[in-house]
Amino acid sequence: MDSAAQALQALFASRIVVLDGAMGSMIQTYQLSEADFRGERFKSHPHDLQGNNDLLSLTRPDVIEKIHGDYFAAGADLVETNTFSSTAIGQSDYQLAAAIRDINLAAVTCARRAARRAEAAAPGRRCFVAGAIGPLNRTLSMSPDVNRPDYRAVTWEQVVTGYTEQICALLDGGVDALLVETIFDTLNAKAALFAIESVFDERGDAARVPVMISVTITDASGRTLSGQTVGAFYTSVAHAKPFSVGINCALGGDAMRPYVEELASIAGCYVTCYPNAGLPNAFGGYDETPADMARVLGDFAANGWVNLVGGCCGSTPAHIAAIAQAVKGTAPRLRPTTTPALRLSGLEAMAVA
Amino acid sequence: MSTDSPTSAASTFLVIGERTNITGSPKFSKALKAGDWDACLAIARQQVESGANVLDINVDEALIDGEATMAKFLNLIAAEPEISRVPIMLDSSKWSVLEKGLQCIQGKGIVNSISLKDGEAEFLRRARLVRRYGAAAVVMAFDEKGQAATCDEKVRICSRAYHLLTERAGFPAEDIIFDPNILTVATGIEEHNNYAVDFFEATRIIKHTLPRAKVSGGVSNVSFSFRGNNPVREAMHTAFLYHAIGSGLDMAIVNAGMLGVYGEIAPQLRELVEDVLLNRRPDSTERLVTYADELKAGDAGKLPTSNSKLPTAEAWRSLPVEERLKHALVKGIDQFIEADTEEARANQDKYPRPLHIIEGPLMDGMRVVGDLFGAGKMFLPQVVKSARVMKKSVAYLTPFMEEEKRLLVAGGGTAKPNGRVVMATVKGDVHDIGKNIVGVVLACNNYDVTDLGVMVPAEKILAAAREKQADIIGLSGLITPSLDEMVHVAKEMTRLNFTVPLLIGGATTSPAHTAVKIAPEYAPGVFHVLDASRVVNVVSALLSAEQKPAFLAETVAKQEKQRVEFAERRSKRPLLSLAEARARKQPCDWPTIDIPRPEFLGPRVYSTENADSLPLKPYPLDLGDIVAYIDWGPFFSAWELHGRYPDLLTDAVVGVEATKLFDDAQKLLTRIVAENIFTAKAVIAFWPGNATGDSIEVYEDEKRLQVVTQFHHLRQQQDKPAGQFNHCLADFLAPKESGRIDYLGGFAVTAGHGVEEFAATFRAQYDDYSAIMAQALGDRLAEALAELMHKKVRDFSGYGKTENLEMKDIIREKYRGIRPAPGYPACPDHTEKPTLFQLLGAEAATGITLTESNAMHPASSVSGFYFNHPDSKYFAVGKLGQDQVEDYAARKKMSVAEVEKWLGPYLDYNPS
Repeated sequence: MDSAAQALQALFASRIVVLDGAMGSMIQTYQLSEADFRGERFKSHPHDLQGNNDLLSLTRPDVIEKIHGDYFAAGADLVETNTFSSTAIGQSDYQLAAAIRDINLAAVTCARRAARRAEAAAPGRRCFVAGAIGPLNRTLSMSPDVNRPDYRAVTWEQVVTGYTEQICALLDGGVDALLVETIFDTLNAKAALFAIESVFDERGDAARVPVMISVTITDASGRTLSGQTVGAFYTSVAHAKPFSVGINCALGGDAMRPYVEELASIAGCYVTCYPNAGLPNAFGGYDETPADMARVLGDFAANGWVNLVGGCCGSTPAHIAAIAQAVKGTAPRLRPTTTPALRLSGLEAMAVA
Repeated sequence: MSTDSPTSAASTFLVIGERTNITGSPKFSKALKAGDWDACLAIARQQVESGANVLDINVDEALIDGEATMAKFLNLIAAEPEISRVPIMLDSSKWSVLEKGLQCIQGKGIVNSISLKDGEAEFLRRARLVRRYGAAAVVMAFDEKGQAATCDEKVRICSRAYHLLTERAGFPAEDIIFDPNILTVATGIEEHNNYAVDFFEATRIIKHTLPRAKVSGGVSNVSFSFRGNNPVREAMHTAFLYHAIGSGLDMAIVNAGMLGVYGEIAPQLRELVEDVLLNRRPDSTERLVTYADELKAGDAGKLPTSNSKLPTAEAWRSLPVEERLKHALVKGIDQFIEADTEEARANQDKYPRPLHIIEGPLMDGMRVVGDLFGAGKMFLPQVVKSARVMKKSVAYLTPFMEEEKRLLVAGGGTAKPNGRVVMATVKGDVHDIGKNIVGVVLACNNYDVTDLGVMVPAEKILAAAREKQADIIGLSGLITPSLDEMVHVAKEMTRLNFTVPLLIGGATTSPAHTAVKIAPEYAPGVFHVLDASRVVNVVSALLSAEQKPAFLAETVAKQEKQRVEFAERRSKRPLLSLAEARARKQPCDWPTIDIPRPEFLGPRVYSTENADSLPLKPYPLDLGDIVAYIDWGPFFSAWELHGRYPDLLTDAVVGVEATKLFDDAQKLLTRIVAENIFTAKAVIAFWPGNATGDSIEVYEDEKRLQVVTQFHHLRQQQDKPAGQFNHCLADFLAPKESGRIDYLGGFAVTAGHGVEEFAATFRAQYDDYSAIMAQALGDRLAEALAELMHKKVRDFSGYGKTENLEMKDIIREKYRGIRPAPGYPACPDHTEKPTLFQLLGAEAATGITLTESNAMHPASSVSGFYFNHPDSKYFAVGKLGQDQVEDYAARKKMSVAEVEKWLGPYLDYNPS
């Protein structure tokens, strides 16, 4: 059998790939209690743990595996591990920094088991697992204190160290790809990419897996929270030779349209898009139906802008099924031939041919 | 809009601001040492505002903690979007400071510098880290033995570094920026005399032999001998840059606010400076030093530093006011601009209106700026300064122009704007001088102008146009990529159903590009405006109900001619061979694709008449039911009222007329329906069928043993980009070899019976208006009936029952499946129509007959095929190669000549 990386490469070359949908809103439907979150292992943990979804890979693996399984059944080719906040920095609020490695390993196990079941249910099918690497709740480009614009709540070394621990565990668990996602500060993402490259370098080429990157455009200005345009963002991460770049979260697909189109026209790698099911409504829920999302993503696909589609916050297996149906048979985006140029960026991009 | 000049070498040249470099800027040094961060940020901001494309930051100073200072300054800059929009060049001789800096910038910056000074291993280690941090790097021409001074040394070290970087560090060649050392000339030491020449030569060789690598340098160094003599230094820098750019220099660290104009250096000084730089004579240094000393001694009146006619800074003040305005614009001097503008304005004989000053001397000056920029003799920061002077002058004149307007109103004139114009320089482009002039000229002519500024994305332009209810949208741009962005805006306007005219201007735009690339994307009209002097004529024509149709028609005809010329001029792109085109058919997963089985096979007839005479008893049809399916857009087009229904009804220009027309149409339609004046008839059918190559076999029954007839289709042969397919309608039906049974649909409908008779009754009363109205409604009803039948067909096929579309989406054909008609782009051959009619029994069922050219009679009729394939879509077959025509003739058992006769306009060759 091909290596997972080769198989993933072949899959992207042959058609539009389908990613899973939201994890958090699916977990909510199980109405789990503090006791569920704690399990046996953290029965007497000094801090409340309810709401720490990443911990469930350890304490309620049945739930997490079932959700992954539902997405595979809906037609997802690739699911993300339940590790959005599984770094020492992300878990420090729960005083769980010591459990990082176990949380990440357990998350990969849940996803891997679901993938194997789905493969067994349909002989010949390949199901993939991407290690999700979230953005952190502390940023390197912005000060949390308006009166001290030069202050940073975290250092480069802390971020790189935190990501390195997560990356090592995800790779040890056996993910098929790494997905640095929901990026709202490019410098944090650059630290994650720096950590990834350092780990690959240390472990040798056999340890390499495809690196997928997904940015979040936070408002209608078309910029990241840290102020970069889509073009500037791509220029800032292109050195990592990503397998894919894309846009996820924050906006519904309709609002992403110009940015997806722009990214599709400049990215030399595959392009991905997994929007929220619309903007959160007044009740914190999401209003876009499976048909709504399928229409928008189907349109992106028909325009030749995407190689992978899926859902972010608020999307469900029903959304993914509709999206998978909408892009079925549509040719995947072809990568444009870009002319080599010295490309630089601040908040905006520039090129010197 | 001709004052923006075309892209040139100089306009892609990067200016790296040097004032935030502690070693070159005493002011920055002082502020940094004093911890005056606001002052430091102000210097950075001023550099960006003066046009620096990249900001060089250097805090190397013995008494400063380099790492901490670099981090703090970069963090502060990150909070200033006006500064941090440009990339950062991290400049330090200490690697630890550079690495700290790399950890603070989210963009892709440049490290300045790394070199072979500390040996290969360290060089490669740093290069790999720079790469991992995601930055480009300046590589100094420096090795273990020291700094390269001669051309040979520079080239040798740079080549060695290039090969190490690209072959051993995986460093992309385009991210390597060589600094081959700009060394000081005119030092009095003979070996130094050739340093500038060495730099120019080395630059030329590096650019030539090391593909994609860039060359940069710190220019101030070259003139170090003339410290304290800024006029000479400025002349040296200007001349040095001029020659270095000619040799291929891509960027330089310079004071963005202090660049001269090569052509404006006084000839004597330029000669002396060039003698030095180009090492043209042994005594060149001496001569320049003598000149410089005299200049410094205060003998400025005798020794010109800039062009002869303007001997000193003050001398140009004695020129006529027009010359002064021009000089101020070219040199970017705003000191006297208001006084000079006032002087011109006060001369009421020469300039009766303030506008005349703008259109006269100011625009003359900007034209000179544009020409110099285009010739590479001015750099962008200078152009920005010129634009500022221009704006200042216009701002001075504005109150006078407003007063003029007020007097006009007081005198009984009208100040109601003639129309609303929204304009912008498109995304990715910052050039706006020409656009600003256009804005001023329009505003002076009493148009309400909203200028959105530069780098404006399409969605913002269109949102503003909606909000302001713009009558016209204007786009400007100078650089080539702006052309694509304009095409994008035009497409978006179409997608968002805009109807207002679109104006295109700016130096790289052209009538031809507008005709070929932009106009086809936006039907309501795209107009190229050559320069500001033409804009008022164009806008007033477009906003005049009387002039617009003629103007539009004229432009459309002109653009069509330009497209034809373009197509002819362009070396013709050959078509794919038929075999290649077939190999690029749209793929389909036939084993799994959904193929619905219709509820019935064979024909089914519908009629508004209860006609027992027909072989098949018709199902009832009601004219009233058809009305809901009418697409009113083409109705208005038929009346030459262009625009999107229903917005058209409230359109400022045609709204009243359109509403009247619509009311009349409704009245007549109500009467037609109530009195059953038209007879509508339809036949639809499903047949088992399969594709065989590009043809379709229709079978007797689902056993598929007996072929009843065949339809033959044509395939696109144009060479498309990879990933796009060469379509043929046969691809939308399961191929025979798939083993699956598929179903082809067919239809013929008419609402035309009674139309001509009804129209004739109006003509008899000389009422052509109602006669045309009756015909137009007949056409609409026929199209609507085709739409209604298609809805039934989808329902009969199953999937239509759950499609859940609103009527407006049905009218926009947002459903699965298509109904292409013979003679239309997807199947351009009219001779398929008789086969279709025969199979449908159309003549008997609907009373439609075919003329000898296979046109349908009555005219208000539609016929075609139904395809249910989920991926089916409309397309245009386009040009056909001789191979396909021959193949098609063989399939149709017609002579090639006959096929060529029918498909004449589609042939890509001249039939013999």
